[in-house]
Amino acid sequence: MPDIRPEPQYATLEQQADVAVFGMWIFLATEVLFFGGMLFAYTVYRGVYPEGFAEAGRHTKIVIGTVNTVILLTSSFVVAWAVHLAERGRGRGVAVLLGVAALLGTVFLGLKGFEYYQEWHEGLVPGLRFEETGPHAHAMELFYLLYFMMTGVHGFHVTIGIGLMATMAVRAWRGAFSSAYHTPVEITGLYWHFVDIVWIFLYPLIYLVGRSGG
Amino acid sequence: MTATSPDRAVTARPAAQPPNYLTEGGSTLRSWLLTHDHKRIAILYALTITVFFFFGGAAAAMIRLNLVTPPGIFAADTYNRLFSIHGIVMVWFFLIPSIPNTLGNFLLPMMIGAKDLAFPRINLLSWYLFVAAGVVALFAVIAGGVDTGWTFYTPFSTMYSNSYVILAISAVFISGFSSILTGLNFIVTVHRLRAPGMTWYRLPIFVWSNYSTAIILVLATPVLAITLALLAVERLLQVGIFDPALGGDPLLFQHLFWFYSHPAVYIMILPGFGVISEVVPCFSRKPIFGYKFVAWASVSFTAVSFLVWAHHMFVAGMSVYAALVFSLLSYIIAVPSAIKVFNWTATLHKGWISFDAPMLYALGFIGLFTTGGLSGLFTANLAFDVHVTDTYFVVAHFHYIMVGGMVSAYFAGLHFWWPKITGRIYHEWWARIAALLIFVGFNLTFFPQFILGYLGMERRYHSYPPEFQFWNILSSAGASILALGYVMPLFYLTWSLYRGQRAGANPWAATGLEWTTPSPPPKHNFDKTPTVTRPPYQYRPEPEPQDAQGHA
Ligand code: HEM
Ligand SMILES: [Cu+2]
Repeated sequence: MPDIRPEPQYATLEQQADVAVFGMWIFLATEVLFFGGMLFAYTVYRGVYPEGFAEAGRHTKIVIGTVNTVILLTSSFVVAWAVHLAERGRGRGVAVLLGVAALLGTVFLGLKGFEYYQEWHEGLVPGLRFEETGPHAHAMELFYLLYFMMTGVHGFHVTIGIGLMATMAVRAWRGAFSSAYHTPVEITGLYWHFVDIVWIFLYPLIYLVGRSGG
Repeated sequence: MTATSPDRAVTARPAAQPPNYLTEGGSTLRSWLLTHDHKRIAILYALTITVFFFFGGAAAAMIRLNLVTPPGIFAADTYNRLFSIHGIVMVWFFLIPSIPNTLGNFLLPMMIGAKDLAFPRINLLSWYLFVAAGVVALFAVIAGGVDTGWTFYTPFSTMYSNSYVILAISAVFISGFSSILTGLNFIVTVHRLRAPGMTWYRLPIFVWSNYSTAIILVLATPVLAITLALLAVERLLQVGIFDPALGGDPLLFQHLFWFYSHPAVYIMILPGFGVISEVVPCFSRKPIFGYKFVAWASVSFTAVSFLVWAHHMFVAGMSVYAALVFSLLSYIIAVPSAIKVFNWTATLHKGWISFDAPMLYALGFIGLFTTGGLSGLFTANLAFDVHVTDTYFVVAHFHYIMVGGMVSAYFAGLHFWWPKITGRIYHEWWARIAALLIFVGFNLTFFPQFILGYLGMERRYHSYPPEFQFWNILSSAGASILALGYVMPLFYLTWSLYRGQRAGANPWAATGLEWTTPSPPPKHNFDKTPTVTRPPYQYRPEPEPQDAQGHA
């Protein structure tokens, strides 16, 4: 088992772990506000243009969205399992599970990319290729602008998450963690749950709103 | 040292200095640029923001030069660029990082008995982000200039302004990440790395105020970031988010922008409060009056500051009722400010006051901040605000708070902790002269602007009706005195590095953990992690006797 010492500014490894987790929570708080700004803009404009937003929402690809939701939820479960194993010092198991989660994240991105591709084809990309006309065109364009920003930023987070999980998987495989020291796995887990939760908010706003009540 | 403080032990050139953060770890450029030591990073920040301060100051000088005569010497467009450079640099690259990233970075871990910040590498990263942001900003203003002012109001910034807006926004966006990371580091450090016995109510006020600032940084900056991102997208893709001509809503921008920028005002002033709360007790030799009130006043700023943003938008087309609510809430924010000012004056009352340079700057702060704050009550008043909005009254108001307040506080802190940071003492007489020049110069520059504003001179115009010229000349004359005052420390502080006397651990006979370690401090601050047994500010009228090393 590797001999791991705390960095100089900490007294013990426990303190180092505790500080790292606390830091991650605060970072996630800033992330919430980051998405919060976009959600605020979305809410405001949905109030201003209810019909346009509903109309735009009906153009979203609900099948892909739903499949992606299931994928993310599954990956979140897998990651929770990995953290659980990490606490017990089961390095190989952690590596496999994190690898699976990273794979699921990649599938998510792939589907998302396919969705973007279809939207490009249908002329739903504001500013670059937007072909809707009619009374709600402007509102729809706004919807899609916010859609691309929110899912784009979320996708960026997913990409980082995949990188983190892959790195952690490799390190776990090589035996870098033990039941005494597995903070990086724990933090990666926290991060991935956050990415998942953001999606849980985005999913109804994007895919369901326009379809409720027809 | 000085006649008023014969008690302060100054050791005359000891044989050799013990190893300290400046000598340990090498003095190569590389050892500085890759350092993880919060003290060295603080110095990197200090050097960078000094450059920005004088860059922004040069733009201010040209603005004042232009306003000496009514037609002005610059074209309107040049003038617009000048005040935009000035505002952008001063707000984003001087005021916001000034105290937290320099003095805060240096002192916060020492004040709580920690060896470093919680995340030293992230600390270094945030400096690099800051420098990168600064380079982008300077490139934007030099390559093409920006004429939107520091607020980037839409639709002007998205539709009409020249194309360097996106670059300037990116700079602010990047520097925002630097702020967030610093804030995160501070919060975690204060929560988790306090020395044994350092309870919350034993924290120096400087720590409380930087902690509160950190919370605002972490919670408000992301909203700004996303607002700027929306702005950039609107500009790039020409989709109406904020621009009414494209079906967007300019008020949304203002709501989002001020949701950040009003709290940002407290990012700019709270750390200043912290400095003053250290300096005033030390030079009055009294514990700070009402410690808990002062501490909680810092925190309540944080809370209230998120509720009052819309007082910047009274004339932007809000409903009357909303305006009334925000006007009322804005009065509430005067309460913690008043608590602070009251507590400082109560601390001064019957104190054993000595007028050393840090104290002169601090007293200047109290006077100027109070003036600025009172004028703020005028602008929070709905009827009056409508009269003075976008006039020089507002310019005077925020300069009293931000320049008279924050810059004075920064100087007070710089002079107070200079011996700790460098191990040297500067020439007290020159420091006092500079403090006085700054105070006089400042008032001469900005008081006339209250009058100009009241008379109706509008801001952001390169020319004005001739009847305003008298007050403008006065203001520009004051600005040159002020500039002299700001340049002086550059010389006597630099001089002290080579010729100044050695300071000893505690030249001001101050309380506080940072004074228990040698000056300059060793690499990990304390040879042995201290255990805290006393509340802060245990000052007595007579300073405690000290041995030659300055240890109490
Ligand atoms: C020598 C001292 C200074 C002078 C003479 C000066 C003068 C001015 C003037 C004339 C304006 C333009 C007002 C307008 O037309 O709207 C201005 C704006 C501003 N100043 Fe200063 N200033 C000085 C120092 C500072 C400092 C030290 C700071 C911050 C640390 C600062 C922050 C600002 C800000 C934020 C604005 C708003 C810019 C905008 O409207 O976009 N100033 N200043
Ligand atoms: Cu405000």
